[in-house]
Amino acid sequence: MTAPRITIVGASLAGLRTAEAVHAALPAARITLVGDEPLAPYNRPPLSKEAAETLARDTTAREAVFGKLLLRSKLSPAALSLRLGSGAVALEPGGVRLADGALVPGERVIAATGLRPRRLPLPGAEARRHVLRSFDDLVRLAPSLRPGARMVVIGGGFIGCEIAATGRKLGLEATIVEPSPQPMLRALGPRVAAAMAALHRAHGVVLLTGRSVAGFSDEGVILDDGQALAAEVIVEALGSHPNVEWLAGSGADLRDGVLVDDRMVAPGAEGLMAVGDVARFVNPLFGPEARRTEHWCVPGQTAKRVGETLAAEAAGTALATRFAPMPSFWSDQHGMRLQAFGAPSLADACRVLEGELSLVGRAPVIVEYLRGGEPVGVLGLGANPAALAKARARLDAALTETLTA
Amino acid sequence: MKVDVDMSICLLHGQCVIAAPQVFSFDDDGGLVWVAEVDEAQRADVEAAADACPEQAILLG
Ligand SMILES: Cc1cc2nc3c(=O)[nH]c(=O)nc-3n(C[C@H](O)[C@H](O)[C@H](O)COP(=O)(O)OP(=O)(O)OC[C@H]3O[C@@H](n4cnc5c(N)ncnc54)[C@H](O)[C@@H]3O)c2cc1C
Ligand code: SF4
Repeated sequence: MTAPRITIVGASLAGLRTAEAVHAALPAARITLVGDEPLAPYNRPPLSKEAAETLARDTTAREAVFGKLLLRSKLSPAALSLRLGSGAVALEPGGVRLADGALVPGERVIAATGLRPRRLPLPGAEARRHVLRSFDDLVRLAPSLRPGARMVVIGGGFIGCEIAATGRKLGLEATIVEPSPQPMLRALGPRVAAAMAALHRAHGVVLLTGRSVAGFSDEGVILDDGQALAAEVIVEALGSHPNVEWLAGSGADLRDGVLVDDRMVAPGAEGLMAVGDVARFVNPLFGPEARRTEHWCVPGQTAKRVGETLAAEAAGTALATRFAPMPSFWSDQHGMRLQAFGAPSLADACRVLEGELSLVGRAPVIVEYLRGGEPVGVLGLGANPAALAKARARLDAALTETLTA
Repeated sequence: MKVDVDMSICLLHGQCVIAAPQVFSFDDDGGLVWVAEVDEAQRADVEAAADACPEQAILLG
């Protein structure tokens, strides 16, 4: 048998971890990792946090900052062929067609193409408008993060709240414009989101909730109520679109990412798998609905599953376990760490296990999230990791029960 | 194998504690503690912990 050729598209966290998992499962496989960015795989979470701060303070520190973001890999360079700087434009019967015209062969193609930021489809203020997903985005943004500059962040999700907090730390004036009543409302629920809103306000962030942006002028943004906000820096943090256009016509279900089954294989396109932010899958810990999860932990978890699937296929056995990974995410805002396990966004109620929500940012708080009375998530806000680990154990136990029920 | 954590970059995410609870844990003050020398049987868990660390703070030798 000849060595299988496996082509992974998207050279970021999910792509790299998948290459490692494929190599571990099938040491003879010839693996190609294709990426449209010209950079080797790097870590994104610091882009709105420490990396933004460091690069804003010293815009010449580009290499040092990137060096810290670069993902270490245990794969030897010989085990992997990296093709950077040209993106995939189509999936063809023999492999993946790149923008530069080349065809990268692969019996098996794994989509790890992640997301790209949504932008407001409104013209104006182009030179001041930014998004934050890639290192290039940060390099373009950093020089405008100057003390005293006025920054308007459109969208109060995690990335928007983080860059606003980083902006305040750097001495900028920061305003967040968010259409819903609270920032991070969907992810954290009304009570915790309100506490986070108070924390942002206490740190000098102007939060305009229930408002949206109607247009851009030469000076800044214009809100739906006609109010004009002057801004030298505008960050559009409105959420993202899955990068699936290159898979059009593949047979896979591409509504909101690439739908994959328990093996990470796309139904309708057997040779195609998907991992990371772009993958939509059922997690039996949380019911029968397929969802996409934009957390750092997902690339590692889905990559490991690809490894298990390929190893089982090679051995001609069935997968020994179900795919039921425990989600987790963190965020850093105003010097406070949020750390969550499970799926707080699915909860219909929450209860404070430790501390007080009115003290968020000043004293540790741990919140348990419930759905139909059962724990579905736990969140620490500036919490002691040991105390949070105990709360997480309760969650683990409750969710494991769901799985066996 | 040897396990070390660069505490100058560790941000106490605790992902390592989840991936390899026999090797990494939090003490009561919330500080990270780990077993510095583990046997080969734990290699997979410890490597999983290193991969799961968002700060790439875990060094294996
Ligand atoms: C600013 C920021 C802060 C974040 N902070 C946190 C945090 O605090 N905590 C947390 O849990 N998560 C955080 N995340 C989320 C986390 O970084 C993502 O979940 C993770 O990067 C997903 O990895 P991925 O490899 O699936 O996708 P991505 O990292 O998006 O990588 C996809 C790659 O594919 C490339 N690509 C796209 N289309 C093509 C194509 N057609 N051909 C070739 N290549 C292509 C892209 O350019 C990119 O390099 C943050 C993300 C951002 C952007
Ligand atoms: S996962 Fe990494 S950063 Fe988090 S506690 Fe472990 S070593 Fe520290």
